[in-house]
Amino acid sequence: MKKITKYVLIDILRNRFMLAYTVVLSGISFSLFILEDSSGKALLGLMNVVLFIIPLVSLVFSTTYLYNAAEFIELMLSQPVRRKVLLNRIFSGLALSFVIATATGIGLPVLIYGATMQGLYLLLSAILLSVIFSALALLASVITRDKARGIGMALLLWVYFAFVFDGLVLLILFQFADYPLEGAMIAMTMLNPVDLVRIFMLLQVDLSAMMGITGAVFQKYFGSITGQVISLSVMVLWMLIPLVIAVKKFNKRDL
Amino acid sequence: MITTRNICKNFGKLAALSNISVSLNAGETIAMIGPNGSGKTTLIKTLLGLVIPDKGDILYKGQSVLGQWKYRNSIGYMPQIGRYPDNMRIGQIIDMITDLRKDDNVQVDMELINSLGVNRMLDKAMRTLSGGTRQKVSACLAFMFHPEVLILDEPTAGLDPLSGEILKDKISREKDRGKLIMITSHVLSDLDDLVSEVIFMEEGHVRFHKKVSDLQAETGEVKLNKVMAVLMDPYYDPVMQ
Repeated sequence: MKKITKYVLIDILRNRFMLAYTVVLSGISFSLFILEDSSGKALLGLMNVVLFIIPLVSLVFSTTYLYNAAEFIELMLSQPVRRKVLLNRIFSGLALSFVIATATGIGLPVLIYGATMQGLYLLLSAILLSVIFSALALLASVITRDKARGIGMALLLWVYFAFVFDGLVLLILFQFADYPLEGAMIAMTMLNPVDLVRIFMLLQVDLSAMMGITGAVFQKYFGSITGQVISLSVMVLWMLIPLVIAVKKFNKRDL
Repeated sequence: MITTRNICKNFGKLAALSNISVSLNAGETIAMIGPNGSGKTTLIKTLLGLVIPDKGDILYKGQSVLGQWKYRNSIGYMPQIGRYPDNMRIGQIIDMITDLRKDDNVQVDMELINSLGVNRMLDKAMRTLSGGTRQKVSACLAFMFHPEVLILDEPTAGLDPLSGEILKDKISREKDRGKLIMITSHVLSDLDDLVSEVIFMEEGHVRFHKKVSDLQAETGEVKLNKVMAVLMDPYYDPVMQ
């Protein structure tokens, strides 16, 4: 059944969009590294790209792709192919193509100009975010049958994770300003993979001093091996949970 | 060979299938007849596992196949409207399905690919195909892997008369090999020499499931369209015949 992944992968790679995306990513990365005088600054700039553009592209492209694959899915399911396997394979193909695009578009410049620990963390985060948001796109496209709604839902997810969530966190912070919230802040961070990456990266480039006491708590937590392992596991969960729910829904779906 | 037990399926408030219990035996060629929206395609899709029934069970050779997939190895399905990935070519689709389904010990059945002229169009992209050509591709795929069961949803709709005849010949030869064949069609004259049983569906119910010979005896007509016309006559009373 690896064959299905192969067909999905060929199909996506034949699609010019992925190529264009890779070129744009590497264009941005290379110019940041060339324009900024220190690689640390360039990494910060690149981090913003990773935090906003990658989830957006990943969500929108994956949702569109999955809706356009409706015929392929229908064809496959009238053949001796298991639903669960089909969806997993399609997801693997999709995720793999994003990994390839990110590894080339961001990985290559990072390896050439900023092959530091921070650079590698950023690359890892970029890859994880791509895969996580493809998984969320998969869920959105399995839940709604309507293409426009599905893509709308994907965009809403992006707005939520990129902007609204931070607003909510700020609101909570101000409302409960009298209480010690450092621990709670770490927990809240886990609820948003974008925030998780952002805070993790900010700590990597030693900006924690800007965040006061919370920064110190963050530093202590994310600097420890336990904290890093937990953060990584949470990122993996962000990928697995949408995937598992999507497979469950897909198993019950009529075509 | 295939038995359904009390299958129910609702789409919202619409009862698409209500308590369908039929048993389909190897060697029979069964026509599913019924008005539009009577649940024929839904029943077929349920047998294939494309539609999940709300209640009931489907048995293939005595085993429940709800949520299973291996049994589809023995089914060739020709959908009413074949939907294929737009950017693939006919040859790529055929290769892909062959790649997925091929049993290395058995030669694939290339007969229809050659006789319908699909072999001369392998480079055509699916999005450029007419409805009839799509239908030909669907037919080729359904017959390629020597399935024990053939499920054909409106096989001749959209085909030119010549291709329609080629397909009917093929169906009739498969029938002689003892396969179970299910056909839905609105063109009853197409089914005349092929079918041995009729399932008549209406509003999600199976109204009757009878042998063609019995129906012919019952109504005194030979041609299937006449038989159905008599049965559909609101003043028809079987006792009077």
